[in-house]
Amino acid sequence: MSTHHISVTINGTPYEGDVEARILLVHWICDTLRLTGTHIGCDTTSCGACTILVDGKATKSCTMFAVQANGRQIMTVEGLEQGDKLHPLQEGFHEEHALQCGYCTPGMMMTSLALLRRNPNPTEHEIRVGISGNLCRCTGYVNIVKAVQYAAEKMQAAEQVPVGAEGGE
Amino acid sequence: MFPVTFDYLEARNLDEAIALLEQHGGDAKILAGGQSLIPLMRFRIAGPTILIDINRIDSLEYIQETDGTLHIGALTREAELDNSALIRNRYPILLDTSSMVADPIVRNWATVGGNIAHADPANDHPATMLALGARIVARGPAGERVLSIDEFFTDAPFETALAPNEVLTEIRIPAPVERSGGAYFKLERKVGDYAIAGAAAYIVLDAGGNVSYAGIGLTNLAQVPIKARNAEQSLLGKPLDDAAIHAAADLAAAATQPTSDTRGPADYKRAMARTLTVRALRKALARATGGE
Ligand SMILES: Cc1cc2nc3c(=O)[nH]c(=O)nc-3n(C[C@H](O)[C@H](O)[C@H](O)COP(=O)(O)OP(=O)(O)OC[C@H]3O[C@@H](n4cnc5c(N)ncnc54)[C@H](O)[C@@H]3O)c2cc1C
Ligand code: FES
Ligand code: FES
Repeated sequence: MSTHHISVTINGTPYEGDVEARILLVHWICDTLRLTGTHIGCDTTSCGACTILVDGKATKSCTMFAVQANGRQIMTVEGLEQGDKLHPLQEGFHEEHALQCGYCTPGMMMTSLALLRRNPNPTEHEIRVGISGNLCRCTGYVNIVKAVQYAAEKMQAAEQVPVGAEGGE
Repeated sequence: MFPVTFDYLEARNLDEAIALLEQHGGDAKILAGGQSLIPLMRFRIAGPTILIDINRIDSLEYIQETDGTLHIGALTREAELDNSALIRNRYPILLDTSSMVADPIVRNWATVGGNIAHADPANDHPATMLALGARIVARGPAGERVLSIDEFFTDAPFETALAPNEVLTEIRIPAPVERSGGAYFKLERKVGDYAIAGAAAYIVLDAGGNVSYAGIGLTNLAQVPIKARNAEQSLLGKPLDDAAIHAAADLAAAATQPTSDTRGPADYKRAMARTLTVRALRKALARATGGE
C-alpha cells in the first residue's frame, strides 16, 4: 500500500495532502477537503453526479484516483460563483427551473461548462449529446437543456465585442 | 466501494513503464484511462497489487497517417477520435465506433489502446479493428513486435497475446484505398451502455465492382470479440448486392454465441447481429462507392 503527497489546485486555491493510492479523487475532494458540492450517485461510473473539470476536461471524479490529480488544475461546482455573483449556468438552472432535488446539478453544470467552452453556441442536439453522461432522475432533461441554452446566450453576450470594434469582413 | 490496497507507480516514459512491468510482472497492471479498470477495482472484481500509471506519457497520444497507414497511439483518448478531422474525413468507421463508446465524459479519459487491451467482448473497438484488419504494436524489454488483431485476441475472454511485461503502444490501420469503405452499427438500450449487439464491416471493391477484401467484426455476441470469417469469405470475388449482403449476414449471425441476459434473450441478439451486419455492409458499400 503506497501513500503519496499530492498538491492540487482546486478553484484557484492550492491544496496539499497525503493520500493512500486507493483513495478516489471524489472522496478526497468531498470527505477530506470538505468541498461537498461534488456528489456521488453511483458505483458504476454511470451517473455523472461527480463530474468536475481536471485540466479543463470533464471528468467523473469517482473514476480517477486522487494521486492521479497530483499537479493538476481542478474546478468543482464551488468554483462557478464569482464573489456573490452567480455563474450564467447557475443563473440558467435557477431561471429555467432545471432542478428539483438538485443531486445531479453540480455534475450537469460542470459538464455543460466544458461543453460551452468548446462549443459556445451548441444546438439542442449537441447539448443533449453533451450531457448524455449525466443522469437526472427527477427534473427530466427539457429544462436542463433550456438552462444550458440560457447560459450559452448569456456567456456569448458577455463576450460580445462592442459594435464597431470588430474588423470588417 | 474502495478498491483493495495497492501500490501506485507513475511511469514518466515508455521505457520506464516497461521496466516497471518487467520488475513487477504478473502483480502489476497498466493504468490507462482507468474507465474499465477502476470500476472493476471498485467492485473488487480486479485487485492488482501494483498499478503503473501511463497517463502522463504524452508521446503515446497521437493520430497520424503516414505511408498508407493510420497510426493511433495507445493512449489516444476516445474524445480525440471524436474530434479529429482526419478521422471524420477518412475513417468514418472509427468515428462511428468512438462516438458509441460509453458517454462523452468517460471518453475524455478512455483510451483506444485500453479499449483493445482490455479484450472485453462488450467493448466496441475490437469488432471494428477485426473488420479493418488492424495491427497491434506491443513493446517489451526485448523490443517491439507487431501482431495482427486476430492473433492479439485469444479464445479466452479478457485475455490477449500481450506478455505480462509488454505494453500495447500503437494500433495500425490500413489507410483507405480506392473503392473502400466501412461502418459500425451498435444497438444499445441507452447512451453509455454496452452493446446489445454490434457489427462492423469494412470492404474493398476491385475495378470491376467485385469484393476484394471483406472484414466483419461483432460486439458482445460471444465470450470474445468475433471475426465472422465465413461471412467475410462468402463475399469475396462477387458484387456486393443485396443477396450477397443477406447471405453474409446469415453467416455472421451463425457465428455468434450470445447469452440471454438483461440486454435480451439470445435469439433476439442473434437476430440483431444479422440486422446490424446488413446495415453495416450497406453503409460500407455506400461509403465505398461515394454514396456518402
Ligand atoms: C459507464 C461506462 C460505460 C462504458 N461503455 C462502453 C461501451 O459502450 N463501449 C466500449 O467499448 N467501452 C465502454 N466502456 C469502457 C471504456 O471504453 C474503457 O475506457 C475501455 O474499455 C478501457 O480503456 P481505458 O483506457 O479506460 O483502460 P483501463 O481501464 O485503464 O485499462 C483496462 C485494461 O487494459 C489494460 N491496458 C490499458 N492500456 C494498456 C496498454 N497500453 N498496454 C497494455 N495494457 C493496457 C489495463 O492494464 C487494464 O487491464 C465503458 C466504461 C464505463 C465506465
Ligand atoms: S458517482 Fe456516478 S459517475 Fe461518478
Ligand atoms: S434534479 Fe434530481 S436528479 Fe436531477
